[in-house]
Formats: sequence, C-alpha cells, structure tokens
Amino acid sequence: MIRIIQQTLQDSRRWTAVMLAVLLAGSIWSFISRSPVAASTDGASFSSPREGFSAPDFTLDLVGGGQVTLSDLRGKVVLVNLWATWCPPCREEMPAIEAVYKKYKDSGLEVLAVNTTFQDSEGEAAAFAQEFGLSFLIPLDRTGAVSRQYQLRALPTSYFIDRQGIIRSVVVGGPMDDTLIASKVEELLKETP
Amino acid sequence: MLPYLPLGPFILQTTGLALLIGVWIGIKLVEKEAIRLKINPDWIYNLVFIGLVSGLIGARLSYASRSLNVYLQNPLSFISLNTNTLSPGDGLIIGLVAAFIYGWRKQLPFRTALDVLTPGLSIFLVFFGASHFLNGDAFGSPTSAPWSIYLWDADRHPSQVYEILAALFVFIIVWKRPLAALGQGINFLTALALTAAARVFLETFRGDSLFWPGGFRSTQVVGLLVVMAALWLMRSWAEPGVKRAEASLPVETHLN
Repeated sequence: MIRIIQQTLQDSRRWTAVMLAVLLAGSIWSFISRSPVAASTDGASFSSPREGFSAPDFTLDLVGGGQVTLSDLRGKVVLVNLWATWCPPCREEMPAIEAVYKKYKDSGLEVLAVNTTFQDSEGEAAAFAQEFGLSFLIPLDRTGAVSRQYQLRALPTSYFIDRQGIIRSVVVGGPMDDTLIASKVEELLKETP
Repeated sequence: MLPYLPLGPFILQTTGLALLIGVWIGIKLVEKEAIRLKINPDWIYNLVFIGLVSGLIGARLSYASRSLNVYLQNPLSFISLNTNTLSPGDGLIIGLVAAFIYGWRKQLPFRTALDVLTPGLSIFLVFFGASHFLNGDAFGSPTSAPWSIYLWDADRHPSQVYEILAALFVFIIVWKRPLAALGQGINFLTALALTAAARVFLETFRGDSLFWPGGFRSTQVVGLLVVMAALWLMRSWAEPGVKRAEASLPVETHLN
C-alpha cells in the first residue's frame, strides 16, 4: 500500500488523478452532509446551559417579594449568576457585578443573582444583599431545581445571555472582576436589539 | 463529561489539565524528533515557547481590543490569568506567525522544522479531543444510533470520541513515518492531509457546525481546501530518488 502511494506520488499524472478523486469524494461527502439549520445549535432549537444554546427558562421568587421569569427579560442582556452567601469568591465578586449593573442597566442589562437557597439561608441572602447594597434582582432557588437545570458544578457560575435568550458565555468559578464582566456585557449590548 | 473538579476551595479545570498534558507530551516528542532529525532541540523549544507566549498575549490583546475602553480603565486586567478573556482563534494565528518569524530569523530549515513539530502536534490533537470530551465542546448532532451519548439535553453522536480516535490514527501514521523518505516536510503534509480529511468526514456528525450559504458546513469546505493544498505540496516537495534528506543536512549548522 505504502509502496503504491510512494510510486503514485512520484508520477505527476497519477498524483493529479488521485487529487481529483479526493476532491470529488470530498465534495460529494460535503454535499450530502449539508444539513438543515436545526441540526446545529444555530437558532437555539435546544435549551441547555451552555454557550450557543437557549438559556433554560425558570420562574423564581425574589428576595423582598415578587417573582421573575427569565424569558420575560427577552430583549435585554441578562447575567445569571448562581451563588451562595458562604462561598467566598461569590461574596468577592458581588461588588463588581453591582458596579457593572449600575453602569449598564440603563443600556439594557439585567442581573439575576440566583441564590442557591436550597443549600443556603434565605435570611442570610437578604442580609447579604442589604450589607452590600445590591440593587439587582436576587431570585431564590429554594428547591435546587434551577441549579439542577443549569447543571451547577461549582459556585459561583455565571451565564451571559444575549437579547435573544441565547447563552453566549459561561464563567465557572470566580471571583470575576469588573473588567471581565463589563467586557462580556458590553459586547452583547453592542449587538442589535 | 467532567469539565471542572471541585477540590476544596479550588476548581480544577480538567480541560486545561488535558491540554497541559498534551503540550507536555508533545514537547517531549518534538525534542526526540529534533534529535533524530539533527536539529538543535533548544531552537525548537524556543520556537514552541515563543509561539505559545505570543499566542497567549495575542489572544488577550485581541479579546481586549473588542472592549478597549473597559480595559483602558483597568489596565492591570491585560495581565489577568483568567482564561475567559482570551480569543483563542486570533491567538493561534498570532502564535503561528510569531513562531514562523523566529524560525525564519534563526534560518531553521522550514520543512525539516515542520517534520520535527509533527509528532508533537499530532499527539496534542489527541488531548485536544480529550479536552472536548471533558467539557462537552465540539458536540455531536442528535442521533438515535445505539452508541449515542446523552449530552446537552439530547442523544448525540459521540463526536469527541470520533475526534480522539481519528487523532490517534493520524498520530500512529505520523509516528511510523511511512512516506517520510520521499523528502523533507512530507511527514508533516501527511499529518495535515489526514487530519483535514478526518475533519471533512467527521464534521457531518457535529452538532455545532457553522453553516455557509447553500447549507455547506464551513469546516468541510475549508478542510477540503487544506487536503487539496497538502496533496499538491506533497507532490512538489517529494524528491524522487533522493534518500531521506536529513542525512544530507549540514549537521554542524543545525546543531549549533
């Protein structure tokens, strides 16, 4: 086999024939591999907690009363941050999230800092929000359903969601600094609403 | 899929670990190949090092350039260790250009240098596939095939496993160097042609393809062009009747 390839390689006409055969085979394969857009994540036909997919929807109660539904925020850039009061990097990155939120909220940024209440305390979450002067929404994941839905593996985890509800970036671990948050938010805000 | 491993207060990125192991084994193989092909291993180390560092810096600068005002307000963020603020594609191009410039300035024999790098790059691609398997990237299209895996809320082709197997196949071929006797750079071109051909074939089973007008998958079109370019170069780089070229290299020059 190798000998045949070696001999073919040294014969210009035979090698050209090989190249044409490869080109033909590759073109036919590429042609029959053409696929409807639904076969890819384009258009986000699936909802899953990873980049390129539609963000899984949820409705949760908020600290201070009321409810929020993620899909109601379509048209805005949304940062979903999963956190707990006992998690040091979560605590450390909150002021940066607050600073970025204040800067960009009028441009269309919404922050949902989902407290993993099933492994935390509702009271401590409320006290924490007050202590740090957090002005964004803090939904309470009391049952852990949203954490499971988002396949939470480590705290904190942040999902940057574009105006169409597609997850565009996932940051696992922290603390995130305000440059990281602002750069990702700004990029999404620049996109056409 | 196990992208992160919590270790107490730390999070071990298994993806990064797989890539690091790939780089480490790759460099060891490159060193071995450099000695075999009578190229000074230090030059190759420097080539790889300059490529990696330039690639990292380029990836960060490219990312920062998209939100320059944010970075100018916090210049220290330019040197942040956070891997979430890198543009890998741009970094790869910048790293390759930097490595090429270094090799050119050092007057490294281009084709032989490519042959030296080939086993290392090929084994790295095996670990690159493993990193995809660990973090769920490069996932397959939905399928009802019995060997499908459940990933991202659907039964999908185990495209990462296909990728690892294809990379292993290419590595074994490259390691055996069946066509290397035909000339300098031929082993590299063999690896390039086989890797690109594998991408053309396997892209069909991917669920994250970028589609171009007409429904063509961009990777297949580019991959096919790369295969053709590699085959064409193989023909022009092949040296009929000439024994393995490194035997005639001016040894003293390259080992200095």
